[in-house]
Amino acid sequence: MQKFSAWSLLKKSFGGHKGWQSQWRRATPKPEYDAIIVGGGGHGLGAAYYLAAEHGLTNIAVLEKGWIGGGNTGRNTTIIRSNYLFDESARLYDHSLKMWNDLAQVLNYNVMFSPRGVMMLAHTVHDVQVIKRHVHANRCNGVDNAWLTPAQAKEFCPPLNIDDNIRYPVMGAALQRSGGTARHDAVAWGYARAADALGVDIIENCEVTGIRRDANGAVEALETSRGLIKSRKVGVSAAGNTSVVLGLAGVRLPLESFPLQALVSEPIKPVFPCVVMSNSIHAYVSQSDKGELVIGAGTDAYTSYTQRGALHINAHTLEAICELFPMFRRMRMLRNWGGIVDVTPDRSPIIAKTPVQGLYVNCGWGTGGFKATPGSAHVFAWTIAKDEPHPINAPFTIERFRDGTLIDEAAAAAVAH
Amino acid sequence: MLVIQCPFCGPRPELEFAHGGEAHIARPSDPASVTIEEWGAFLYLRKNTRGVHAERWRHVRGCGRFFNALRDTTTDQFIATYKAGEAPPASATGGAV
Ligand SMILES: Cc1cc2nc3c(=O)[nH]c(=O)nc-3n(C[C@H](O)[C@H](O)[C@H](O)COP(=O)(O)OP(=O)(O)OC[C@H]3O[C@@H](n4cnc5c(N)ncnc54)[C@H](O)[C@@H]3O)c2cc1C
Ligand SMILES: [Zn+2]
Repeated sequence: MQKFSAWSLLKKSFGGHKGWQSQWRRATPKPEYDAIIVGGGGHGLGAAYYLAAEHGLTNIAVLEKGWIGGGNTGRNTTIIRSNYLFDESARLYDHSLKMWNDLAQVLNYNVMFSPRGVMMLAHTVHDVQVIKRHVHANRCNGVDNAWLTPAQAKEFCPPLNIDDNIRYPVMGAALQRSGGTARHDAVAWGYARAADALGVDIIENCEVTGIRRDANGAVEALETSRGLIKSRKVGVSAAGNTSVVLGLAGVRLPLESFPLQALVSEPIKPVFPCVVMSNSIHAYVSQSDKGELVIGAGTDAYTSYTQRGALHINAHTLEAICELFPMFRRMRMLRNWGGIVDVTPDRSPIIAKTPVQGLYVNCGWGTGGFKATPGSAHVFAWTIAKDEPHPINAPFTIERFRDGTLIDEAAAAAVAH
Repeated sequence: MLVIQCPFCGPRPELEFAHGGEAHIARPSDPASVTIEEWGAFLYLRKNTRGVHAERWRHVRGCGRFFNALRDTTTDQFIATYKAGEAPPASATGGAV
């Protein structure tokens, strides 16, 4: 692996930037691996990296049906925060938030993590109560989160309209100063490059179409669009397509796949200092380093695998954005797109063993799993390597839906990202 | 925006409807006698079909009634809508619901 540094950049610039190697090999599948990850998003690539870096498994592959990072990893609005309500969630998301801090150094790849603060607005008495409850619960768990008055919110984010004559006036906000954004593609590419350097095969255009099991029911091989590949350990990180992939082994999951849309504006000079989200009126906005406003909407109403949604969902979000930030009213939007998010009934993920020996799943991240990429990949790799969960992901089983031990972030906040 | 054929009112825009999730999930008639696995499956496990999916819709901003639909989740195209209590039209699905 060629190491990136200010020095190597400078040196190569004198040579016209010739001589950069490609960042990972174009691998062809071997007949057999010690472990295979299905899905080349951030979670899958990250799991492969930690399997190699921390558990010494280097004869492994990541199989991706399209191109790496082409799923939700490359389609999301990159909000990173950890101020979830329940103890289990606080541990999982805060584990991840801490890992973002030095991820660029660990991977020698600039993932552009920018802890610029994530502000969540309250517009009703109910919002105020729910958000304050979160702030208190977070403080008990050592998770950074603070309550702001409308005036303090405006001080932190000057474009915010705190007039009391708007449809949903701002009654206060929660601020997680250590939250922020990162560069989505760089997360996929950085993990891919670092995993490849440790010997991991990253195989694109390779769709898993069947899961073969031995006489005892354990996983023994995967049927793929590039032939049969043997492995006795398979970890699935296929986001919106998880029900389809696990269906190949007869495993049913408590998941539904919905389109979730986002859009970006034309690029402008830096005007927006932080991330602002409003769950009540379904709008999320930040400004990328390229200058575009990055705006996210709520999910579409129906399940789908189309990676697109209805325009009225975006229109609804833009109405909210224009009311909260009147200075954006005359901006033009450049493009919009959708991803397919896998939603669980309690809006918490599943990172667990499945009833099938050798088959592991990391799914159910729904509308909010980008922030969890490093932490989730880290504990998923542990689960695969040791055939038992890490203490942090132990509560995030499939069986919690049988036993009624939900981690009900859905009821706690109706939070999206 | 989808155009949805309400079996009672005819074609209407998606905005008038609410999606009601997977269709034909019957609540066990005697909940006390089912196993914990069966009850958990009834509450939470879903087919999440990639392809032709049988699902419930409600015409909330119209006649208010529930009905069922067959929709291809890879194109979002509606294949048929039919009244609650009726079996899905087999001809429309090739039996592959
Ligand atoms: C519009 C939008 C906005 C979002 N905003 C945020 C946000 O602000 N903050 C946040 O934290 N989260 C957000 N999310 C959620 C976040 O993007 C996801 O939870 C996260 O990126 C999931 O990562 P992943 O690696 O599990 O999935 P993905 O990146 O989707 O990777 C899964 C991969 O599996 C591959 N695959 C599927 N089936 C097969 C098969 N049979 N064989 C081989 N490969 C297969 C897919 O091609 C895909 O590349 C958003 C999502 C969307 C769509
Ligand atoms: Zn009707």
